[in-house]
Amino acid sequence: MSTAIDTTTAAPVAEKLTKKQLIADHPTWCPGCGDFAVLAVFYKVLEKLQIPQEKIVVVAGIGCSSRFPYFMNTHSLHFIHGRALPLATGISLSRPDVHVFVFGGDGDGFSIGGNHLNHAARKNIRLTYVIMDNFVYGLTKNQTSPTTPIGRKSKTDPVGAIDRPINPMKQLLASGATFIGRTHATQVKHMDELFTRAIEHDGFSVIECLSECTMFYPGAFDDGNPRKGGAFDVIDEKQHDVKDDVAAFKLADLPSPGKFGVFYQVKRPTKNELEQRWIDDSQAKLGGASQKDILKKRFEAMR
Amino acid sequence: MSAPAVSVPSSSAHTLRNAVIRLAGNSQDGIQSIGGFLARLAGRTAQEVMTYMTIPSTISGGPSIFQVHLGSGEVLTAGDDADVLVAFYQHSYDSHISALRNGGICLYDSGEVTEIKHERGIHYFGIPFTAATVEALGGSARDRGKNMLVLGLICAVFGLDKDKLVTIVSRQFGKKDESVLRNALLAFDAGYAYQIGDLEKFTFVPGEAQDANRISTDGNQMLSLGLLAAGVRYGSAYPITPWSPIMETLRSELPKYGGVFVQAEDELAAVSMAIGAAFAGHLAITGSSGPGISLKQEALGYASMAELPLIVVNVQRGGPSTGLPTSVEQSDLMQAIYGSHGDTPRFVLAPKDVEDCFYIALEAGRIARKYSCPVIILSDQALSSRIEAFTEPDVDKHWVEPSLDLSPRGEDFRPYPLDKTTRHAPPGTKMAAGKYPHISGLEHDEWGHPSGNAKMHQEMTNKRRQKLLDAAAEFPLPEIHGESAGDALLIAWGSAWGPVKEATDRLRSEGYHVGAANMRHLHPMPNGLEKIIAGYKHVIAVEMNDSGAYGFGQLAMLLRARYADPKIKSVCKTDGLAFRVREIVTGVEKHLAAN
Ligand SMILES: Cc1ncc(C[n+]2csc(CCOP(=O)(O)OP(=O)(O)O)c2C)c(N)n1
Ligand code: SF4
Ligand SMILES: [Mg+2]
Repeated sequence: MSTAIDTTTAAPVAEKLTKKQLIADHPTWCPGCGDFAVLAVFYKVLEKLQIPQEKIVVVAGIGCSSRFPYFMNTHSLHFIHGRALPLATGISLSRPDVHVFVFGGDGDGFSIGGNHLNHAARKNIRLTYVIMDNFVYGLTKNQTSPTTPIGRKSKTDPVGAIDRPINPMKQLLASGATFIGRTHATQVKHMDELFTRAIEHDGFSVIECLSECTMFYPGAFDDGNPRKGGAFDVIDEKQHDVKDDVAAFKLADLPSPGKFGVFYQVKRPTKNELEQRWIDDSQAKLGGASQKDILKKRFEAMR
Repeated sequence: MSAPAVSVPSSSAHTLRNAVIRLAGNSQDGIQSIGGFLARLAGRTAQEVMTYMTIPSTISGGPSIFQVHLGSGEVLTAGDDADVLVAFYQHSYDSHISALRNGGICLYDSGEVTEIKHERGIHYFGIPFTAATVEALGGSARDRGKNMLVLGLICAVFGLDKDKLVTIVSRQFGKKDESVLRNALLAFDAGYAYQIGDLEKFTFVPGEAQDANRISTDGNQMLSLGLLAAGVRYGSAYPITPWSPIMETLRSELPKYGGVFVQAEDELAAVSMAIGAAFAGHLAITGSSGPGISLKQEALGYASMAELPLIVVNVQRGGPSTGLPTSVEQSDLMQAIYGSHGDTPRFVLAPKDVEDCFYIALEAGRIARKYSCPVIILSDQALSSRIEAFTEPDVDKHWVEPSLDLSPRGEDFRPYPLDKTTRHAPPGTKMAAGKYPHISGLEHDEWGHPSGNAKMHQEMTNKRRQKLLDAAAEFPLPEIHGESAGDALLIAWGSAWGPVKEATDRLRSEGYHVGAANMRHLHPMPNGLEKIIAGYKHVIAVEMNDSGAYGFGQLAMLLRARYADPKIKSVCKTDGLAFRVREIVTGVEKHLAAN
């Protein structure tokens, strides 16, 4: 055994995971909130992938979107504002046997948690992160967020936002994330496909999902919704090489609603893998000495 | 130094029970290694030792001292005054000659120190440290190696066990290039053979600590090894002085134990990662000093609320703000207990000396597991870096095997039962009833569902508070050193304990009836302390923090709040230095004279 603690459970019993099992509390979101669709698709994808229920871990920070864990009948944790990624890092690195999912908002991810995003991404922590971007602070009732477009009025920008919003795709490309996608909460099939690919990616996979706040920013993403006269323009991966970050950067520059799909995907060793390699090497050098004996030897050397 | 005094140079050898040697130079002169070698030798020759050093907070180095207190019997402090001063430069001489006691010995580099004041019966011996080293090693060595020359001198003056010292030096330098060891030993031998002139030779009476396996090391090392023994396998932190050596040790050691220590992007991330590992079912650790501990407070409050076990080490340094990064202070006690918003029960412990750093880590692990709650260990800068010699811990006896309980949980499982202590079911655990737990920082019901219900908030607050009440009933009372009733009880915590113990002895030798107690369990305090306090006219908390608006230090405030007794007083200071015994004695005498 190479890890500190044995994480193997009793022999797996072939139980089928159903969507119904995954449903917990009825979501407290406002009627019509885009987040409902994200949740529904996530249930479906988990059912499709048949991940054992007890191995699904859903965590979040604070925000409307970050209420997500309460609606999942899985191991779940609702943390503090902006710190869900480092929390998830702690779970992922210490429990190779579970699947870690992080959900949150644009404020949680790009503002208060912005620096954590950079570091979890560059370390390539094995987990999947969905940013439900509504271009506004929903839970605290309509303040400007880091993705709010210039000119949009909010309670903290009564004459319209003046600060340049961040470009999520560019931010994520620069961060070193190894799977970067963009989708829209009204496009159920696309979400399903993207979530599936993100989960199957071995590394830090992150998706920006435009998810409308019907309460404070209705119509924000109509231009990406064909039913509302917009255009849902999916990246053609025959044209776009997902390993080409410069090309992805150019795609990210397109004006709203921009492109949807996989912007970038590469294979790079995860921190999980690299730490495990160090563990294996260290333990190999010790020739199978027990942990207790390693400590005893350490004291002997101090005499 | 106790009798006989070193004051009269003569040809006859004097026997000593203890001696305080202060090495004053620049940090790049390797004076820390001289001190380290002496401390290690003490451990191997059944002596006791305590060291004290100052480090310039700039990287390029600068004036620095290393003080070693060697003793054949108990050594409780690094020494108020030095018996021997070794001055490498004029500035070292100028700054530290006042720390040398009357009639003490000053060895100085005669190539550097040109002006000396003949006063207070001090005996001066000028030795060309640099020139003699160059002579021993050849011109290319210049002044590198002069620390080894000085070590040789000290070895000769105090009749130290040369063979053992050479073994220790060889072990240290043997890892490096062969020529490094050769030069070190050449310089050492030159110092050992140097004819100092009319200086008597001393010998220590045999050390009394005759137990078998003695080691000498510092508090940060012992705390790190204690955490390993306690079953800690995962943690995260961000570098800061004087905490960093603990994270460096854990980062290097944990892979051997199958664990991972992550260097996080900041302290908010570090505590969050540790909480993640705790939620994942492990005993996890984070730590920091000063500013970093402030940054962790929001997440620490979460750990109390979500009832997750966590060890948090605070190696206290001088505050506020960036404060004095390399100086000692004990001004984070209130923060440790009350630093987060809301009512956030958590436990606070403090090790009393270097050896205890190991055992306090075990105790922290025990409490964190038992109560599923954060435990803060308040170490301090003095404990972190000073070296002491003591008996190696019995690893077999104290070893805690890490475990992860993924056994399926029954129908009656709830993460936050009102009538029981929380025992989380970590991810990977199957829930027999098919209902999975939510871990929450929002006030919640027994299942972890958010609940704004007034009654539920009160009941959950009671549930969380109950841990403190149960622990107070279980925690051991401090032992009393000295008299168990009388004029005054001195109460210490952390590194103040050594000097407080010695001050107690001194006050008793002056005729006062004094006892001393050390608080390892600071929050909650053990029940029954009131019975101890009842026996004394004065109760004086001795601590390195400011007396604030009301004239009381932080522990004194807590004791006053708990016992509402006006006889509880304070002896406080914040000059960045460890307590001198004399300061405590004077402070206590002032209180005793007041009525
Ligand atoms: C440290 C801290 N600061 C501020 C808040 C208040 N707060 C809660 S959620 C939130 C913003 C939420 O916006 P976003 O992350 O975009 O989520 P949304 O509600 O829009 O889904 C803020 C400012 C908090 N909970 N904690
Ligand atoms: S406030 Fe906006 S984001 Fe929050 S639940 Fe309502 S619609 Fe959704
Ligand atoms: Mg938002």
